[in-house]
Amino acid sequence: MTVQDAPEIEVREGVDRETVETVASMGSYKYGWDTEIEMEYAPKGLNEDIVRLISQKNEEPEWMTEWRLAAFRRWQTMTEPSWAMLNYPEIDFQDQYYYARPKSMAVRPKSLDEVDPKLLATYEKLGIPLREQEILAGVEGADAAPADVRRVAVDAVFDSVSVGTTFQDELAKAGVIFCPISEAIRKHPELVKKYLGSVVPQSDNYYATLNSAVFSDGSFVYVPPGVRCPMELSTYFRINAENTGQFERTLIIADKGSYVSYLEGCTAPKRDTAQLHAAVVEIVILEDAEVKYSTVQNWFPGDEEGRGGIYNFVTKRADCREPRAKVMWTQVETGSAITWKYPSCILRGEESQGEFYSIAITNNMQQADTGTKMIHLGKNTRSRIVSKGISAGQAQNTYRGLVSMHPRATDSRNYTQCDSLLIGDRCGAHTVPYIEVKNSSSRVEHEATTSKVDEDQLFYCRARGMDEEEAVALVVNGFCRDVLQALPMEFAMEAQALVAISLEGSVG
Amino acid sequence: MLQINNLHVALEDEDKQILKGVTLTVPAGQVHAIMGPNGSGKSTLSYVLSGRDGYEVTEGQATLEGHDLLEMEPEERAAAGLFLAFQYPVEIPGVGNMTFLRTAVNAQRKARGEDELSAGEFLKLVRERAKALDIDAEMLKRPVNVGFSGGEKKRNEILQMAMLEPRMCILDETDSGLDVDAMRLVAQGVNALRAPDRSFLVITHYQRLLDHIVPDVVHIMNDGRIVKSGGPELALEVEQNGYADILAEVADA
Repeated sequence: MTVQDAPEIEVREGVDRETVETVASMGSYKYGWDTEIEMEYAPKGLNEDIVRLISQKNEEPEWMTEWRLAAFRRWQTMTEPSWAMLNYPEIDFQDQYYYARPKSMAVRPKSLDEVDPKLLATYEKLGIPLREQEILAGVEGADAAPADVRRVAVDAVFDSVSVGTTFQDELAKAGVIFCPISEAIRKHPELVKKYLGSVVPQSDNYYATLNSAVFSDGSFVYVPPGVRCPMELSTYFRINAENTGQFERTLIIADKGSYVSYLEGCTAPKRDTAQLHAAVVEIVILEDAEVKYSTVQNWFPGDEEGRGGIYNFVTKRADCREPRAKVMWTQVETGSAITWKYPSCILRGEESQGEFYSIAITNNMQQADTGTKMIHLGKNTRSRIVSKGISAGQAQNTYRGLVSMHPRATDSRNYTQCDSLLIGDRCGAHTVPYIEVKNSSSRVEHEATTSKVDEDQLFYCRARGMDEEEAVALVVNGFCRDVLQALPMEFAMEAQALVAISLEGSVG
Repeated sequence: MLQINNLHVALEDEDKQILKGVTLTVPAGQVHAIMGPNGSGKSTLSYVLSGRDGYEVTEGQATLEGHDLLEMEPEERAAAGLFLAFQYPVEIPGVGNMTFLRTAVNAQRKARGEDELSAGEFLKLVRERAKALDIDAEMLKRPVNVGFSGGEKKRNEILQMAMLEPRMCILDETDSGLDVDAMRLVAQGVNALRAPDRSFLVITHYQRLLDHIVPDVVHIMNDGRIVKSGGPELALEVEQNGYADILAEVADA
């Protein structure tokens, strides 16, 4: 059953209660404020001139402009995919702004000191450290333990532009390049030319092609051979401007024997019109290298009646290009009105490994169609998928995953575990696994469960003194534990709190 | 402490009366036992008192220290000092036993307007109380009741009771599925908690638990009513003659 098919009368019947709940939950999306700042927009709509303008704003070389234009021309011949279990009004791609940057960013700041204080304040309010301070891992109650000091380098993307990247100098000493992709295009063209579009080609899919034409900024990471990146890297995406799409592009290259852990966070203000987000993340992993990519996606999910929210169409893919390359995707998806996202692993190198851990929570009118693709091309490759989908309200949550064992991927293994949890009786969970095995020595295991939040469990918790929401949060966090454990610690705590917040108002 | 007056309870989903006028007073500091044949309404009484869904109170009252229990949510009853040791403790996969305990303790403290226990204070307390019940660190780390043996589950209930320090404890067939050693441990745990300002209602089918937890008063329940009350000797009578004799005697009277 799709949301649109749901009899409308159900909403009307409970309208008083829901109004009360709406008001009550206004506080639950705590990143819904906006920053008043003077913006500079490209004209609304999309054509070759806009593509050229974006390229020119980023001071890109000719080859990059041509690359974008080629993507744009191809995009015009494509049609939007409709196979996902998602229902949303048609998107008018001409009714969007494709470029928005704070006016103060017109002259590129040389350092964070030159960045508009309003922008810095925005990130401070979001809890994102743009000063190169050491952040304390807030381990609750670790009385006796010495303060565990961890540092994270941050690239902050505000609408279409990166406002600053911290710890660049220190990273440079280790040989690590971490900068906005717009800067990488100017400063490291040889790397960008070699790898951009090599994992997600321009022609990959409708949204990826659109992104190739209009991406404005994003992060670029290069970790040289044998280097273990000295700190975690993170990009924080903030959509602020109205009617503006965000199209960021991230490119991560882990050279032979290197290691990097990368975190991605996202939020957007509350608006009653939907906003478009179509990102591409490409990861190239060479021999013996390892990349961990963790996402906490908390875009504005729309209100209780499904107004507004982000339409999130994202293409993320890692290419384990050489032997023994390893990638681990971990995602916690709590936001967005619409999520269309399948972080994938191409296991090309022999003995390469891909892992995908996902928690997708949909509440109210949210819809998510998300999962992964594990493409086994090399011998002895391994993959593991652990997906936890949670639906509440009238939300629809679909796991869609592909495991493909190619003829040469002999002796390969996949294990998939896919669990869905339903809260209430108006939501839906769907599991759509695709499995292709084209050799006789590989093995694929798939386990799937669907359950409802157990009344006995909730009563047990409440009989011990927890209120209903606390009880649900506890049970759901237990359900998600395998995935939460895969996250870096600070992220895990944030995610745990987010699980509780996302489900506010889902019971009773 | 606990006062139940003429309590009538029906199942919500079907038109079936389970309790047909239960009247019972448990004064502070006392241990009362409720015995009775299967289906007499013993467990229903414990569920209704703790606020489980699915039951409809059609008549009567129940108060805890003067507060109307039946008006409260289950968590409010817990914070007010009511505790039910479940006959079938529920498994919660993925939630560590320790996390569960700490969440429960702090939820109650918060509801009562007290400060939450710090991690250090909590840890000290839980270790001390777990030790008395022969619960090791390993069992505290495991998910709540998942893969626990029958005895472990019941000891875990008593640990929760020891941590939550309720005023009124209801033990619903805590002896079911326990071997002699486990029963002794559980009884020791309960006896250690006996105090002048704490009362117990021990629901059991057999007399043997009452050898270890000696009650002040024993009530016999049948067909939704308390049909006879007496001292600990009443439990022995049940043990020797079975319920049939007592029920026949009551019917004759």
